[in-house]
Amino acid sequence: MRKTKGGKLGLFILMKGIRMTTLLIAICFISFLLVKNSPIDPIQAYIGADMLKVGPEQREKIAEYWGLDQPVIVQFLNWGSAVLKGDLGTSMIFRRPVIDVISERFLNSLVLMVAAWVLSGVIGFIMGVIAAMKKGTWIDRIIKWYCFTLASTPTFWMGLLVLIVFAVWLGWFPIGLGVPAGVLSENVTMMDRIQHLILPVLTLSILGVANVALHTRQKLIDVLTSDYVLFARARGEQGFVLFWRHGLRNIALPAITLQFAAFSELFGGAVLAEQVFSYPGLGQATIEAGLRGDVPLLLGLVIFSAIFVFVGNLFADLSYHILDPRMREVRKL
Amino acid sequence: MIPSLKNPDKRFSLNPKQLTLFKILISIVFLAIVILGGVFLDEGKIVTNLSERNSAPSLDHLFGTDWLGRDMYTRTVMGLSLSIGVGLIGAIGSALIALFLGMVAATMGKMADRIISWIIDLFLSVPHLVTLILIAFTFGGGFKGIVVGLTLTHWPSLARVIRAEVMQVRSAEFVQVSQKMGKSKWWIALHHILPHIAPQLLIGFMLLFPHVILHEAAVTFLGLGLSPHEPAIGIILSESMKYLSSGMWWLAFFPGLCLLIVVRTFDQIGENIRVLMNPTKTHD
Repeated sequence: MRKTKGGKLGLFILMKGIRMTTLLIAICFISFLLVKNSPIDPIQAYIGADMLKVGPEQREKIAEYWGLDQPVIVQFLNWGSAVLKGDLGTSMIFRRPVIDVISERFLNSLVLMVAAWVLSGVIGFIMGVIAAMKKGTWIDRIIKWYCFTLASTPTFWMGLLVLIVFAVWLGWFPIGLGVPAGVLSENVTMMDRIQHLILPVLTLSILGVANVALHTRQKLIDVLTSDYVLFARARGEQGFVLFWRHGLRNIALPAITLQFAAFSELFGGAVLAEQVFSYPGLGQATIEAGLRGDVPLLLGLVIFSAIFVFVGNLFADLSYHILDPRMREVRKL
Repeated sequence: MIPSLKNPDKRFSLNPKQLTLFKILISIVFLAIVILGGVFLDEGKIVTNLSERNSAPSLDHLFGTDWLGRDMYTRTVMGLSLSIGVGLIGAIGSALIALFLGMVAATMGKMADRIISWIIDLFLSVPHLVTLILIAFTFGGGFKGIVVGLTLTHWPSLARVIRAEVMQVRSAEFVQVSQKMGKSKWWIALHHILPHIAPQLLIGFMLLFPHVILHEAAVTFLGLGLSPHEPAIGIILSESMKYLSSGMWWLAFFPGLCLLIVVRTFDQIGENIRVLMNPTKTHD
């Protein structure tokens, strides 16, 4: 019986994997075509400000070096083989394999995103629970108003506000930069890193709570109108005990799933927050790649973000299968 | 009638439906003022005026002035008007794509359904912002890139809603009867299905709109959207970043706040329309 359970889960993951592979291949093709049709000349973007110093012969050499003089299909094959080898080509800005740039930047971003993800999830969940337990009171109304307003707040504007208040007015934090200026990378202490992390995390957390709070509130209200809660109330349970015994388990899972499924928005939010706080993460790399015409890096980031979102969605699907005992019961039959 | 039900104290009391309508009306008037304001505002107010540089908000300049002495209030209203315009084009485009693909997925058989759900997955598998950056890069930035990007990224969720809705209508009796009477697929789609999903489409469109505006501002803020010469909100905010450290908070605060209010108003209209059209399903 155990084996069939594992088998079904394995099959589920396999089907997901196949779907993901087809999607990834399509993303590779489409994004390569899109980028190649761009009017931004990669050689021009590569030369940048040195335009006057670079003659036509040098241009040709540069084109040859990066393989840009070949037909598009050859370029695609070159890039495709680099993707299959795993290094995703060489970044034109950083002069290093794209995968190195991404993995280094991703570590920075990961800290930021995980911190914001956990914080917004926990705070949002608590807010949703409070709103639902106190439904119809002023605290519920405030939380609801706050969440709806947050849903229409531009992330980067919230970042700017946080920057104005905490960095400019209060002077608690430095403005921008992932590490302090003028300090060698070896000498950057853990405290420095954490200090630069706080404001972006705060921004993302302030905004991230809305979705999960509203969802949790709705779910808990549904639970509270059910018959078993009515019975529990009749027995005299109320307040926290009632929530602990009958509410928590029923609403935790949807909230976790929702949080995992929000990886896509988390990534988008991180891009904006990193730009505002000049935090050296993936988002900033994406923007630089876009602005400076670094085609391999941009393509690598598109693929990477797709994998990131896919992992989030996979966790969201799996959390139901693994965490919910009722799903397991069904499968045993 | 029963006198106690009449409630004579409130002479202008409205029932919930009227109240909702009233709210929608006020929101629309507000937005119309913003849009018209952007069109008719005096261009002369944003010319460089070096004698009034960097002044904090006052009665003369409600939102203060920037480092070139331009009136921030005028710039903000013009930027909002531009953002709403771009958002409108993007949202209409997205809604049309969603309508078309949703209808096709629900009516043209299993294969079409599978292909379209695959396409939806494709567009949902990359974060919106990354897709937008990619498409903006393809078009080399500017107005066209951003409109195409916004149109192509916002339809999937609405397409799913419409597909589900069409599926429901399709199995209704009057559609079955119509099929038996030999009407063509297109005739049924146009005369039976479309009128039923029109409300959903309208609501979806209104709820799409705020997202489109926010994404437009975000991409422009990142420097990949509208050109720096346009008075867009994203441009204003990204320019203001350079001056924040010198304490000029009004450069960022007011334009963003106005954007927030406009987006929230659109959201409100969408929600209120939903309440009007579907009173039983609205959450409290």
